[in-house]
Amino acid sequence: MKAAGEMAAGAPAISPALRRRRGPSALLWRMVRRRRIVAVGLVLLLIVLGAALLAPQLAPYDPVALDVPSRLAAPGAAHPFGTDEFGRDILSRTLYGARLSLAVGALVTVLVTTAGIAVGLIAGTNPRADRVLMRIMDGLMAFPDILLAIALMASLGPSARNVVIALGFVYTPRIARIVRASVLVVASQEYVEAARAVGAPVARILIRHILVNTASPVIVQATFITAYAMLGEAALSFLGVGIPPQIPTWGGIISEGQVYLRQAWWISIFPGAAIVLSVLSLNLLGDGLRDYLDPRLRYS
Amino acid sequence: MLAYLTGRLAALLPVLLVVAVVVFMLIHVTPGDPARVLLGQDATVEQVAALRHEMGLDRPLPLQFALWLGRAVRGDLGLSFFLHLPVTTDIVQHAGPTTMLSLLGLGVALVIGIPTGIVSAVFRNSWLDQASLALAMLGAAVPSFWLGLSLIVLFAVDLGWLPSSGYRSPGAGLGQSLHYLVLPALALGLPNSSLIIRFTRSSLLDVLGNDYIRTASAKGLPRPRVIFRHAMRNALVPILTVVGLTFAALMGGAVVTETVFSLPGIGQLVVSSVLRRDYPVIQGVILLVATIYVLVNLAVDVLYFVVDPRVRY
Repeated sequence: MKAAGEMAAGAPAISPALRRRRGPSALLWRMVRRRRIVAVGLVLLLIVLGAALLAPQLAPYDPVALDVPSRLAAPGAAHPFGTDEFGRDILSRTLYGARLSLAVGALVTVLVTTAGIAVGLIAGTNPRADRVLMRIMDGLMAFPDILLAIALMASLGPSARNVVIALGFVYTPRIARIVRASVLVVASQEYVEAARAVGAPVARILIRHILVNTASPVIVQATFITAYAMLGEAALSFLGVGIPPQIPTWGGIISEGQVYLRQAWWISIFPGAAIVLSVLSLNLLGDGLRDYLDPRLRYS
Repeated sequence: MLAYLTGRLAALLPVLLVVAVVVFMLIHVTPGDPARVLLGQDATVEQVAALRHEMGLDRPLPLQFALWLGRAVRGDLGLSFFLHLPVTTDIVQHAGPTTMLSLLGLGVALVIGIPTGIVSAVFRNSWLDQASLALAMLGAAVPSFWLGLSLIVLFAVDLGWLPSSGYRSPGAGLGQSLHYLVLPALALGLPNSSLIIRFTRSSLLDVLGNDYIRTASAKGLPRPRVIFRHAMRNALVPILTVVGLTFAALMGGAVVTETVFSLPGIGQLVVSSVLRRDYPVIQGVILLVATIYVLVNLAVDVLYFVVDPRVRY
């Protein structure tokens, strides 16, 4: 792996507009050529996405069907990942768990990005709002992530929707700070002044000139936030304060397996491996994106 | 120095105020009436009204906040709903295991993170570097609670070397206490070492690119001396920051890790309080942890200021 500094020398100067016209597939292809490890991340992510989308087709059993005679069966031909204390198939439960985990990750990311961009834009363009908004963001960031999420879940009550809301609160400051910082840099550039001078409407300047140029760091951070959110959801569900246990989630299955760790390690170990794979794929992709879209190249 | 300190402390006040507001609001964003939740559906309207009055819920929100904050500043975090004991007593009783676990976890993260980061930077682009970065990548993806369970399966169930759960106070014998804390500290420390590996690596690489390092090598100093005497001293300064950041992650991670190893710490207190909807305890704990976190980061910044005379504000 190379450091960002080394990439700078070899990076061709491609304008954002040109890059957009080539489309996201061309961008991904160039990222993969630059760092092969990104390909590993992409493949892993596609596997997890495929598992989530095709869970009903791929799962050999009903994820919630009880089959007491084959309870606590070790991994084997009939049950590749074994079964739990009710004879439920761990492979099927893990596949269905992927749906929920990815859905929470994606929804949190959408929520956080939207809220973060809104807060960041307001703070970056309005000094009076800036002071208040950024103090609030600093305050929210003074809590350890998971502890704030747990406390919010205590108030909101356990449900998938509330997990998304709680994690959304926890991670919004990260995007808001990045957007604000980028807006402050970009807003003082001459081309923004030029746009203002020719009388472009404020909304147009904000979207076409400012927001577009904050996109790279936001995309990179959003990739990591998806990973954090998936880890956060797993931790909340593991602790029993997240998504209710009747729905198969990775964290929930791991928690159920904890009691049977001595007789049936497979209940907890396989869904955990799924978490590691998913988070790893997103982090690899985020790293690749950061190297490729390094904002320092853009603003230097 | 004094001016710097006062400035920093003054800047903390708004942050702590926001922290207090967030913590205070936790009980008020609950769907439904906290008094009703507490008493259950069978309680009469009069009982609920009496409890609302007792809890001060019938007063205006800003007044409730001012009273609550005034008490919290003096160390009175109220009584827990469940045990009717002062929340501070509850927290003090559970603080020991969490403190031990956080410190040992930080120790593990540093002992693994810094040497691995140094190796990674010194042998840049070698297979050692690749392996270190792969370790960092994997560490960031592993949930500490799952790593804890995996360690239990391996070292407690299969090999039988270490206990799978429980806690012994260091007061009753440090060796025995550490015996019980080895696995939890590893589960917490290993994932948190990944940030330290990356930070040490990039910090050391930055310093190694300086002219004075080339001079030191050119005048024939042995490589280890150049790295440890010349480069590491400067590289360690930015690493201080990441230690502060890691500390927050550790306190959060300790909460989750404790439940895996049945440590009777703050984490167990929080989780059981959430299940009992014991809001004063939850509020007290996260107010305390956030305050500690803010103060630790202040301490790190001040240390930064002391260690590196070039840093001036």
